[in-house]
Amino acid sequence: MAGHGGRSAAVSAAAPRVSTEPLAVRCLLIGLALAFLFLFLIAPVLMVFTQALGKGFAAYLQAVTDPEAMAALRLTLVVAAVVVPVNLLFGLAAAWSIAKFNFPGKNLLITLIDLPFAISPVVSGLIFVLLLGARGLAGPWLEAAGWKVIFSVPGIMISTLFVTAPFIARELIPLMQAQGAEEEEAAITLGAGGWQTFWRVTLPNIKWGLLYGVILCNARAMGEFGAVSVVSGHIRGVTNTLPLHVEILYNEYNFTGAFAVSSLLALLALVTLIAKSLVEWRSNHNPPDRREER
Amino acid sequence: MSIQVQNVVKRFGSFSALHDVSLEIPDGKLIALLGPSGSGKTTLLRVIAGLEAHDSGTVLFDGRNAAYRHPRDRRVGFVFQHYALFQHSTVFENIAFGLRVRPRPVRPAEEEIGRRVQEMLDLVQLNGLADRYPTQLSGGQRQRVALARALAIEPRILLLDEPFGALDAKVREELRRWLRRLHEQMEITTILVTHDQEEALEVADQVVIMNRGRIEQVGTPEEVYESPINPFVYNFLGTVNIFRGRLTDGKLQVGELQLEAPEHSGAGQEHAFGCVRPHDLVVSRDGHGMPVLVKNVHVIGPWVRLELRRRDTGEPLEAELPKDSYQDLGVNVDELVFVTPRKFRVFLDGQVG
Repeated sequence: MAGHGGRSAAVSAAAPRVSTEPLAVRCLLIGLALAFLFLFLIAPVLMVFTQALGKGFAAYLQAVTDPEAMAALRLTLVVAAVVVPVNLLFGLAAAWSIAKFNFPGKNLLITLIDLPFAISPVVSGLIFVLLLGARGLAGPWLEAAGWKVIFSVPGIMISTLFVTAPFIARELIPLMQAQGAEEEEAAITLGAGGWQTFWRVTLPNIKWGLLYGVILCNARAMGEFGAVSVVSGHIRGVTNTLPLHVEILYNEYNFTGAFAVSSLLALLALVTLIAKSLVEWRSNHNPPDRREER
Repeated sequence: MSIQVQNVVKRFGSFSALHDVSLEIPDGKLIALLGPSGSGKTTLLRVIAGLEAHDSGTVLFDGRNAAYRHPRDRRVGFVFQHYALFQHSTVFENIAFGLRVRPRPVRPAEEEIGRRVQEMLDLVQLNGLADRYPTQLSGGQRQRVALARALAIEPRILLLDEPFGALDAKVREELRRWLRRLHEQMEITTILVTHDQEEALEVADQVVIMNRGRIEQVGTPEEVYESPINPFVYNFLGTVNIFRGRLTDGKLQVGELQLEAPEHSGAGQEHAFGCVRPHDLVVSRDGHGMPVLVKNVHVIGPWVRLELRRRDTGEPLEAELPKDSYQDLGVNVDELVFVTPRKFRVFLDGQVG
């Protein structure tokens, strides 16, 4: 035992000390980070659930199964189900063209992809009202064709599309740029066609990044408030998404209802978060030896 | 399959990568495209593979235009410098790729694919590594997988883009000898791009020397080494000593040295220079030739390299001699010796290159 203890002491003395901060400083820093995390992230989420269940489970259940709440949930899911695949295609096409080809206007395209991040969501909502609304540029033409876009579901989808457009492309561009085009070129010389190259070579290389982008895009599509609020018209049971419905309930002093519906959104967010962590874990561990030599 | 490249031009924006390049590659030969970086050798290879579209000129395979053929119909095996293995696939799947992507009617059955992959693994001596991923292999192993993958489709041409460039010297030497044996076994027309003159001279039947988008010289390794057509080739294929002087009546006067240049006897008085390889410089102490000072002595295995300096102009020269001759000579640093070129070539100033 003594010999063992002596040796381990010698080893720890010989090992270079990388971290030099005293214990107190480390505790303070970690404590600060944890306190911040609790105050601003965990406490609010707990608050949502305690408020939601404040008047008992029956009241919660009633608020959640209220037809208007259910309609809002349905609309939110439908919007996400349309927006995410469309942006998946857009993101893939944009990242593919930027990473694998050279063309005039490439830098402009990269800048434009970021535009939705730079503009306030309320402004992007307004843009679509001015563009597609009854008095907007394309409004009369749309009306003549019998299409109602603003203050209706298509408008919500379009503005959500705009706001969430950068997520997948942003995730894929650096990844595909780093990978270059050599593997694809190898596939082509080996006789693969365009689709075969995409399915067998490109997609397996980007699948984790792609999935991560999809999850982020989905989270934003379900949670978007500003842009949707402008174009929706707040017609209960028809053009209210979950975030809009929460706002209405809150403005009516129906706190239990507001928090109950919020808890639905929070649950969706939690599911997304778990999915995201899983993807991150998988992409770091599969195949187990991928990063060994990197 | 023979390849003919006729007047091929390729530009990238304002940069001309290939100026009017023409080249004949006979069936079954191993050709090395040799040149410094930026000389257009890789571009030429990629044009032949169909990975790059050329601006004008034609590429003929067995006399037929390849331009309208998709790379996959050209049956060209291409090996990239950085291997370009499919990272997410095993060695087995990498080699099987070319067979699996064939259209259904000509796609081999699963057992046939397995048999063929095994054959390729035997060929590149990677038995037992079929289930590894590329990142679990060494550089040399990865490049052999890349070669097996290219050979699995039974290509009619094999194109290698600096295949050993990223490997260390020892592995490189082994692999290029192995490649030469493989080529003798398979007899596929092969083009090897390299910037390593030793590699090109050792492996190839024919060496094509390229510079700034043009072909400088084509010939057997011996031809291009022994009779370089211009100063660039001289310089690129090894070290060269330059003797500047004045040419009169087919004789080049360089200090106290006179070099015979009968091929230039027609020319009048002109500035010219002679090119001499270090091992073609005879070093003696008998007072004949150009007086030089020994500045440094390097013993490299069986050879000795002398760093010399001309006594008249101070220009540096280099001589190489076998260790035995060096010991017989018995020279020391800062001693005066005399050099005479055993073999040389005279070029006029302003001659291309």
